[in-house]
Amino acid sequence: METKKTSLYQLHQDCNAKFVEFAGYQMPIQYSEGIVEEHKFTRNHSGIFDVSHMGQLFIYGGDELIKDLEKIFPLDLNNLKINHSKYSFLMDKDAGIQDDLIITKINEGFLIILNAACKYNDFKILKELLNEKYKMVLDENRSLIAIQGPKSSQILNDVIDGVKDLNFMSGNWFLFDNQKVYITRSGYTGEDGFEISIPNNFAEKLTRELINKGSKLAGLGARDTLRLEAGLCLYGHDLDKDKTPVEANLKWAISKERISKGDFIGSDIIIKQLNDGVSKIRVGIKPEGRIIAREKTKIFNQSDVHIGEITSGTFGPSVNGPVAMGYVENEFSKKNTKVFLEVRGKKYAANICSLPFYKKSYVKGVN
Amino acid sequence: MSDVKYSKEHEWIKLEGDVATIGITKHATEMLGDIVFAELPEKGSNVEKDGTAGVVESTKAASDVYTPVSGEVVDTNQEIVDDPSKINQDPENSAWFFKLKIKDKSEMDSLMNKDDYDKFAKENNT
Repeated sequence: METKKTSLYQLHQDCNAKFVEFAGYQMPIQYSEGIVEEHKFTRNHSGIFDVSHMGQLFIYGGDELIKDLEKIFPLDLNNLKINHSKYSFLMDKDAGIQDDLIITKINEGFLIILNAACKYNDFKILKELLNEKYKMVLDENRSLIAIQGPKSSQILNDVIDGVKDLNFMSGNWFLFDNQKVYITRSGYTGEDGFEISIPNNFAEKLTRELINKGSKLAGLGARDTLRLEAGLCLYGHDLDKDKTPVEANLKWAISKERISKGDFIGSDIIIKQLNDGVSKIRVGIKPEGRIIAREKTKIFNQSDVHIGEITSGTFGPSVNGPVAMGYVENEFSKKNTKVFLEVRGKKYAANICSLPFYKKSYVKGVN
Repeated sequence: MSDVKYSKEHEWIKLEGDVATIGITKHATEMLGDIVFAELPEKGSNVEKDGTAGVVESTKAASDVYTPVSGEVVDTNQEIVDDPSKINQDPENSAWFFKLKIKDKSEMDSLMNKDDYDKFAKENNT
């Protein structure tokens, strides 16, 4: 299959991007200033991320669609307000996570943002689960641009008036160049920010305007270090079919109301795990020195027994040290538990820690 | 600077008497990106030509550092361990990695001079 390019490909090239193939797309891993600078600029000012490879799934329908989607997602979609978003997951019957996603209720139905590597499979699964009752569009005519960091609200508002009044995890339609764009106040960096769904032909124009206002492009490399510092999961690494939302320590994302009814896919496993506990659980891990423990690094307890594995690990530029997350046996998941990480044959001390590594600064309750 | 030689693994080596100073090239640092971790061989240990003699890590990945010649490690640069970003700033000078008392000067013969290395680096842009 030929590698796809996003509508910002030319702009990435003009900005000296280094490209990497990701989920079938040629994506910028970094630009000339490098991951650390892009990361810090996003934390302190504003970074723009091309996330057009992600799936933008529109499902059209009314009350019946809400009922049908509640059989799939562990969310109280009935009481979700129009233009409000929730983080959720697509689970199999064993509550294994097939994808994690953001679902937003819009006037016409729902908009679901899916991971690039999962989107076609998700579409197939959802189509089957919904018995082809509803119009579903995995819209490849729209790009998705994220702008993240403390200056982003002002910068984006200078280009599209009114966005600064959005609350965290809510969205609305706006106009840019007479085009309808859907903007949510959300992101994947732990910073205040927005994700903009915009027709492909207008994505570059918008991005150039944001750059002119002082934001800078940042690549997938910085996106990874930012999300890891923020304690956010990456599908295919921290989450997969062999892990449930309870094991992934994401039970906050499951509606309590829905658990009491227990009528969604995977609900019996979820309820059982919530009642009985789980044998492994996702935790934050902070190595003591500078050693970086990457994905698949084995974790040992103080008696040298293998108790788990790192699922994401890197150097956190804002933390100014190594950061990691992984799964350990439940009894070793308490904060400040000392563990050992095997890197290149040697064991290095680390501590279980709470997430995030870097304090989030989401904007809540603007209105 | 005519006494500086280069390896295909993107190390530079500068020989003074029988002590060689070894580091990684500017080209290597550009390929790696921001270096955030460095591990050096132990002082007093012996390293073999083309063997692993350290590790550098960028935010993206870990890469081995090889030694272009054999010898005994007589000094290491703690400054780059404490602040690995120095490797990106001045790779071919103050951010040297380790010094070797070399065994066999003839091991230097197979290494490249600056012009050959620059050409090699341009052709092997990975």
